[in-house]
Amino acid sequence: MAKKVTVNQKISIDPITRLEGHGRIDLFLNAEGGLENAYMIIPELRGFEKFCEGRPVEEMPRITQRICGVCPLAHHTAAAKAGDAVYHVDPPPAAKKLRELLYSSFFVADHATHFYVLGGPDFVVGPDAPKSERNILGVVKTVGREIGSQVMQLLSENHEIAKIIGGRYIHPVGALIGGMSKPITEDERTRIEEIARRSIETAQFSLKLFDDVVLGNTEYVDMIKSDAYSHKTYYMGLVDENNKVNFYDGKVRVVDPEGKEFVKYGPDEYLDVIAEHVEPWTYLKFPYLKKVGWKGFVDGKDSGVYRASPLSRLNAADGMATPLAQEAYEKYFKTLGGKPVHATLATHWARLIEILYAAERELELVTDPEITSTNVRTIPTETPTEGVAIVEAPRGTLTHHYKTDENGMLEAVNLVVGTTNNYAAIDMSIKKAAEALIEPGKPVGDAVMNKIEMAFRAYDPCFGCATHAAPGDTPLIVRVFDHERQQVQEIRRD
Amino acid sequence: MASKPKTTKAKAPKPKLAFYWASSCGGCEITITELGMRLVDLSELVDIVFWPAAMDFKYDDVKVMKDKEIDICFFNGAIRNSENEEIAHLLRKKSKLMIAFGSCSHLGGIPGLANLFDVETLLERVFDTAPSLDDSRGTRPQLKTRMPEGEIEIPEMYNRVKSLAQTVDVDYFMPGCPPVVDQVWSVFQTILAGELPEKGSVIGAEAKTNCDVCTREKGKSGMRISEFKRPHLTELDPDKCFLTQGVICMGPATRAGCGLPCVNGNMPCRGCYGPPDGVVDQGSKLISAVAALVDTDDPQALREILTGIVDPVGLGYRFGLAESILSDLKYGK
Repeated sequence: MAKKVTVNQKISIDPITRLEGHGRIDLFLNAEGGLENAYMIIPELRGFEKFCEGRPVEEMPRITQRICGVCPLAHHTAAAKAGDAVYHVDPPPAAKKLRELLYSSFFVADHATHFYVLGGPDFVVGPDAPKSERNILGVVKTVGREIGSQVMQLLSENHEIAKIIGGRYIHPVGALIGGMSKPITEDERTRIEEIARRSIETAQFSLKLFDDVVLGNTEYVDMIKSDAYSHKTYYMGLVDENNKVNFYDGKVRVVDPEGKEFVKYGPDEYLDVIAEHVEPWTYLKFPYLKKVGWKGFVDGKDSGVYRASPLSRLNAADGMATPLAQEAYEKYFKTLGGKPVHATLATHWARLIEILYAAERELELVTDPEITSTNVRTIPTETPTEGVAIVEAPRGTLTHHYKTDENGMLEAVNLVVGTTNNYAAIDMSIKKAAEALIEPGKPVGDAVMNKIEMAFRAYDPCFGCATHAAPGDTPLIVRVFDHERQQVQEIRRD
Repeated sequence: MASKPKTTKAKAPKPKLAFYWASSCGGCEITITELGMRLVDLSELVDIVFWPAAMDFKYDDVKVMKDKEIDICFFNGAIRNSENEEIAHLLRKKSKLMIAFGSCSHLGGIPGLANLFDVETLLERVFDTAPSLDDSRGTRPQLKTRMPEGEIEIPEMYNRVKSLAQTVDVDYFMPGCPPVVDQVWSVFQTILAGELPEKGSVIGAEAKTNCDVCTREKGKSGMRISEFKRPHLTELDPDKCFLTQGVICMGPATRAGCGLPCVNGNMPCRGCYGPPDGVVDQGSKLISAVAALVDTDDPQALREILTGIVDPVGLGYRFGLAESILSDLKYGK
């Protein structure tokens, strides 16, 4: 084992198994054993942008959701809205409200599964807890079976809302160009209202849990605030006309690392704001702010790297549009020292505030007198051309851009997808955490690996989003190679 | 082909199960987790020995297993690249039974629509011509990249998407995008009862078509279609058969078993459960079923009415292009 290392060692974390698709982290060590560089590699491409060409645009809500079976509703909704734009059609108010209600139920379920299954266990059970307990089962053990059941109910009942409005939870059919495929009945409305009220309570409980378990523990608070998990970047998020967070519609607001508005743009202007950089070592592209420019994997005001996440949305907005979420928003910034918050791990807290907002929004929408209106379709009459739509996916701003011929057959498709926005920042976060955690001469053990993982887990990357409702811990193998590519160390966590 | 129960008793004490995803969206994993508390019950009756989405077992843990050590492997996702293919072969070797789980492994699924183009054309769109690219436009992912710190490797994308059965020997096929949760549960019950049908069967579904089980009003016998309408351009009556309304529906060419969630959501079927028993090619079946309903005997008029079905390939083979009679189609741009 005492081989003399003369050039860089390479540590591969392969495969990281809780990825949507597949992924790998390569860490290169220098001769002294410190970190030289880190790469997050995405080894897969399916090519939706190309094979959607030639398809009828009205099928896009049903095709593009197969990009992700964890966040199908984000693509479903973006595709329906982009179709509206292509056909220059405005859906009736009740249809828009139903879409947003459907979308709010998805946000509650999706965010809650991340907190309780993926990200939360690191805090609720603890980053240094035995790995066999650092999972949903450990969470249930910590908080108690009764509360565990309450969380399961939150998930299954919000899936139920999606089934009522959209036919199904995974790959729903409700939204189509010009509106919704069907209205909801008064009985269905009553049931959704009941679920929404219960969801608000569970969301409030989750924030209290975070308060007790995380904020009440100075070790965690120090970790959240530490420089190893912090980056000063631009922040992006969709806002309504009052600059409040909105998931379904509005304009995209970007603030600079000091929190000042940098740009606010509508869907049609996205190409003026966003550009994508390509690296040869991965199949995924790196979006950045075009006017600032690509300066590599660095943060600060001169680098076009931005983040789009729950943390970013709270930073980019002036507040939340519902009362309880607004209270939580104010407490968030007060506790963390004002806007903007740069602490990546504070994304978990922001996500819980968004669950509360989504649940409150459910209740607002389902008690809207118009929600059971049977007028949910506007049949398009204009010639289809080109259109762009933007929604907030749980993991970041999602843009669908379509161009069709005069029959609505697709000629060009461009997609800038939720997690992709954060790709450069995720790379940087892994590198910074690894730099701080890997000490020359000391073997890389389980605790170090988990803490490196925590740097990307905060983003709830769609590389991992398919695992939202499953128990378990991210398994890793780290192999250390010497300069002759001989394996000198293997650490496994299983 | 559907179900001829034949008792092949599951071995005591606990069957070992594996779950894997290749080129897929993750929806098949979510459908398993939709079992909720039933999954906890299941975990007491079986040993899950490999499930990258949820558990800590690694490729290397599978590599050191004895051949056929896994009783049943549920494999979702299509075969798009060298990594997918390598793991399919590994799991086949280590598993007694291999189940193609969900549309992508069953028939290629929606990722299989990429077979309308060659891989170079896909890469060209993503890395050369997408409007959001900057001046790094034209850079392509390389199988090996020499970086200042060392070399980085990525898997090779193949020219064609393949189904699992086009890659390894498959014992059972479980259709659906994704398979609906109640069918998943009933398949687990069948396995635990040791009542799997003969090899090659489709499980977790029915033998007949969605049309056979759909309760929408079909109209009087001798129903005729004089014009096809696109769903967003016409009112959709929630009680009437879509085809009766002139809206194309994959019901007559699609295996039943999903419980019709799309149709009940007032949208037509798109065929994710694949062709029913006795049908080899889903797209051809659609056209023959629909052509018989068209209200004309004149070949020219028939052709004109059928052109109202826009994108027949992307419709009839939405989930099954890779396994279809068009699988040897010439690539286009």
